Amino acid sequence: MANMNLYSRGDKGFVIANMILIGLFALSTLYPFIYIASMSLSSGFAAQAGTVVLTPVDLTVAAYGKVLSEPQFWISYRNTFIYTIGGTVMSLIIIIPGAYALSRPQLYGRRFWNLMVAFTMWFNAGLIPFFLNMRDLHLLDSYFGIIIAFACNAFNIILLRNFFESIPSSFEEAARMDGANDFQVLRKVYVPLSKPAIATVTLFCIVARWNGFFWAMVLLQDENKIPLQVYLRHVITELSDDEQFAATLIDAPYSVDTVTAAIVVCSIIPVLLIYPFVQKYFNKGILLGGVKE
Amino acid sequence: MEHRTTRLNRIADHLRANWQIYVLLAPTIIWFIVFLYRPMYGLQIAFKDYSVFRGIDGSPWIGFEHFHTLFGSDQFIRALKNTVIISMLTLLFGFPMPIILALMFNEVLNQTYKKTVQTVVYLPHFISTVIISGIVITAFSPSSGVVNTVLDWFGFDKIYFLTKPEWFRPIFIGSGIWQEAGFSSIVFLAAIAGVNPSLYESAVVDGASRWQMMWKITIPSIMPTIIIMLIIRIGNLLEVGFEMIILLYQPATYQTADVVNTYIYRQGLQVGQYDLAAAAGLFNAVVAFVLVMTANTISKRYSRTSLW
Repeated sequence: MANMNLYSRGDKGFVIANMILIGLFALSTLYPFIYIASMSLSSGFAAQAGTVVLTPVDLTVAAYGKVLSEPQFWISYRNTFIYTIGGTVMSLIIIIPGAYALSRPQLYGRRFWNLMVAFTMWFNAGLIPFFLNMRDLHLLDSYFGIIIAFACNAFNIILLRNFFESIPSSFEEAARMDGANDFQVLRKVYVPLSKPAIATVTLFCIVARWNGFFWAMVLLQDENKIPLQVYLRHVITELSDDEQFAATLIDAPYSVDTVTAAIVVCSIIPVLLIYPFVQKYFNKGILLGGVKE
Repeated sequence: MEHRTTRLNRIADHLRANWQIYVLLAPTIIWFIVFLYRPMYGLQIAFKDYSVFRGIDGSPWIGFEHFHTLFGSDQFIRALKNTVIISMLTLLFGFPMPIILALMFNEVLNQTYKKTVQTVVYLPHFISTVIISGIVITAFSPSSGVVNTVLDWFGFDKIYFLTKPEWFRPIFIGSGIWQEAGFSSIVFLAAIAGVNPSLYESAVVDGASRWQMMWKITIPSIMPTIIIMLIIRIGNLLEVGFEMIILLYQPATYQTADVVNTYIYRQGLQVGQYDLAAAAGLFNAVVAFVLVMTANTISKRYSRTSLW
């Protein structure tokens, strides 16, 4: 990619300026994270006075104490794990066999089935019919509803199907010789050979589930079922206007801002933990397979 | 009669040999029907006087009345205008950034430095909209936010950014660029990686500088990718990040922030006017469908690369 040997002395200024500029861009990307971490570790008074800019002021973990002592925080955290793990497993159960079937040349009506999947990328019934459908299916306020309703999408199926199609048929023929049927061919040939693509789809699912908020907010009223993102939204948009909560802040070592920042940090940490794995796969550009069918 | 039996036999033979494929396919097809095609059936309420008690089938037809109401409504027209303006601005400012970043990455010779920077700039893509809205709200807060602190240092008055209609779009578009520019550059980096190295080799022999090579070789070589990505973007013009808007806007900023999807969300899910909101959604979906199809046709004609 980089043309190491292809650079003359006259380019030095250009190369250095470029390095500095791109470094500045990276720093400006990083800054909001540093700011929010510092905010979460500052005292409520310092935050309120607007003195937190880069590093924590009056270092304290009071905001974390407040967050971790809220039962709702733990309920929501647990729910997010349920939705993430349950949802990702459900996705793989539907997507892997479906993508395999859609990649088979001998599938009757293959063009039709593929079009039926792809069409949903171009035309969508929209928020209201989707919501009413969920209500009619009695899937409001339900763990199962959230897990199943977002388990699949055209993009992931097409991505995996394309990968399956790119696997030379000679691998499969060898297994067929040994008398393998479709279930076995999928399990013993296609799945092992498609690990990078399956890993990509898995990571897409995990990230989408962990971050998903809009439909969880719309479909779940029961506070015992809401995920972390919905709780976080509640804290961010409603707590700051909540006078009762504001009253508890007088003389407290934390403020709405430091508490918000602390929850943000708590919900980013798991993302940071899996991020190195995510990076490894996305760098290979596997996701490009999904752009073209 | 004989033909029919042979045909039935053939189908039976096919199923006997391949039934497992259909078993594997079934969950996917059922899922698509239940969760994506069934709502399309429900879209008919856009033409009905829908009531929860009568249900979708039992509610009476009223033709295009909801569409008349929508296009007579200042709120909907405003939402439509805002959608177009916000998309255009996002395209104008957001589209070039990943290309510039990819070109810059390509000029970084130190691989460790490059990898580190890439790791940092891809990160925000994986952070949820709620968290980003939390960061934005904290940073732009009137009393404690860092933006106002810095304004204060330079002697400017503090601004309550999130209640000011004129500040909504810059903040929304800026945070979108911050979140996605890095990750979106991957596509262009992949295109750059595919450029034939011998082009650069012969350019070096001719004494070209890196700056010249970028303009004369790299950019023309990745132009097809740039055009395809631009067409995809135009196809998705109506898709503004309405989740982020829901998190950031407030009645004081509706005039510049309210888009079609946030309007649908309020009218439908908060006010409960399902039929009217579904009509707005249908309008949105049809326009989006036409845009995407047009985009695909154009891309087929000009780049011989169809998007699907």
